[in-house]
Amino acid sequence: MTALQAPTELRPTSLEEVGRGPAHVSRRRGPVKPGARASASASGLIWLLPALAVLAVFVYWPLIQNILFSFLKWNIYSGEQTFVGGDNYVALAEDPIFWKALGNNVWYAVISVVFQVFGALVLAAIVESVRRERWRKALRAIYFIPSAISLTVAGLLFYFVYQPQTGLLNVFFDNLGLGQLSQAWLGHESTAIFAIIAMSQWQGFGYSVLLFSVALQRIPQELYEAAQIDGIGPVRRFFDVSLPLVREMTGLMMIVTISGAFQVFNEVMVMTSGGPNNSSQVLGTWLYHAGFVTNDFGSAAAIGVAIFVITLLLAAAQLAYSRKKRVEW
Amino acid sequence: MVIAARLGRGIRAVLVWAILIALAIIVVYPLAWMVMNALKTNAELFGDPFSLPSSPIWENFATAWRQGVGDFVGTSVSLTVLATLLTELISAWAAYALTRINIPLNRTMTVLVLAGLMLAPTVALIPLVKMFQSLGLYDSFAGLLVLYTAFRIPFTVFLMRAYMLDLPREVDEAASLDGASRAATFWRIILPMSMPIIATTIVLNVLQNWNEYLFAMIFTSGSGVQTLPVGLSDLMSKNGTQYPVVFAGMVIAAVPMVVLFFACQRYFVRGLAGGVGK
Repeated sequence: MTALQAPTELRPTSLEEVGRGPAHVSRRRGPVKPGARASASASGLIWLLPALAVLAVFVYWPLIQNILFSFLKWNIYSGEQTFVGGDNYVALAEDPIFWKALGNNVWYAVISVVFQVFGALVLAAIVESVRRERWRKALRAIYFIPSAISLTVAGLLFYFVYQPQTGLLNVFFDNLGLGQLSQAWLGHESTAIFAIIAMSQWQGFGYSVLLFSVALQRIPQELYEAAQIDGIGPVRRFFDVSLPLVREMTGLMMIVTISGAFQVFNEVMVMTSGGPNNSSQVLGTWLYHAGFVTNDFGSAAAIGVAIFVITLLLAAAQLAYSRKKRVEW
Repeated sequence: MVIAARLGRGIRAVLVWAILIALAIIVVYPLAWMVMNALKTNAELFGDPFSLPSSPIWENFATAWRQGVGDFVGTSVSLTVLATLLTELISAWAAYALTRINIPLNRTMTVLVLAGLMLAPTVALIPLVKMFQSLGLYDSFAGLLVLYTAFRIPFTVFLMRAYMLDLPREVDEAASLDGASRAATFWRIILPMSMPIIATTIVLNVLQNWNEYLFAMIFTSGSGVQTLPVGLSDLMSKNGTQYPVVFAGMVIAAVPMVVLFFACQRYFVRGLAGGVGK
């Protein structure tokens, strides 16, 4: 759990001490007791210094500043800052679009867990059940391709797939005689966010399939053979053999996927910029809107803190999870 | 009975393959459509989306290149290469210190470096913009380089550290008995031995840097330092009518990473598997 205390340990003072380097740290010398570790080498910190310095200045310090900013109000014209206490948070709590954005992130998380965790796990099991190694490889590779192209390209591509008149999806429905399903997927408040989420499943599921395949390959073949001898069919084999043995991977994937769902920015920005009428805003784009469209840095910082708290809790869950005893086989 | 069982198995196999192939088509078709659209005329693009281009217009790629994509590629390539190199170097040093040297407060130091894994870049966005404006790093190549490098260090150290922990102790001991300095041990022994994990992290960092959008979009405003993802989305809004040219740009952005993936699949798999905790 030590990692959870990180933010308090990341105070700039302690980092500066680290940054001051070996010269200021006394070198502990002396006889090494039998069985004891050799004395710590402070000069070794030089190797760590570049990483710590870069992280301190460009990652941790801005994070701390962001928390401070969330208690300030900026005057856009004079640039003057005043301390306003929790006002930004109160305003956020009363902002319906903030809740809408948070809700969209939750949808993102739920749908992604269904498709990119459980769906991908089942699919990976199916792929791994294919006899020919060559086919398994080919399928895994094909499914992964969208994860190699960027979310930006995928987002732009699906912007066209979703085009009302000539987009691939609507014309496909028309050709099937399902023309009544056709609509401006990104243009309607009720469908925009789900169209984006659907694109994201297309883009990301192959990544999860690849990971689950790796996990499934680690299961010794004898276990399956034993199951087969016992006359257990593939479906029960999946639930009784595969699932328990990849439970750890499943849990981690779930947390990683949910955490990713609360950090969404790219595809929403590219496909709708949060529209129409803010219906597809997520926390990331709403922060962008507050910070760079309405220039309300205090609010933007408060949204940043909200994202920080959510992702921190998920990281804590991940940490706790990976410390749990692993299934041994 | 036997026949029924066989039949059942046959039906199941057909069903399985139907699902697998249907999914492959759902994945591949939009990508093929993207390539086809890059070869169409604007009129064809707004005609039947399932039609093939009557005669492929390769010129679209040249047009895209001239209309900015060439510059975006230049920026993206140099940014990706430099940021990846910097990240690898700084992370390898850090991982070396954390695993092979008995530094004071090792646990705290490890936490200090790896805690960055938990932070979403959005959380630091507003202060970073302020900081970069006052440092003159806003809208500069150097600014993006620093951000790309910094935010990839925790993940890269995470993977390298796990790998270096598994290298046998005796290696360093032998080196120091031979009188090798710490630097010599790093450059001549530990670094070469860590090549597999370095290859893995290079592949993952290149993919991430090439595709990065958030920083590139917020920290640049001119076309001088626009990366490919940002340039493309700008090209689309600017270029209103010539969509095939935009598609050509998308293909140019996508192809290198797809090629990279197929060429380095082995490294991808190892890195991705390591990245979620195993």
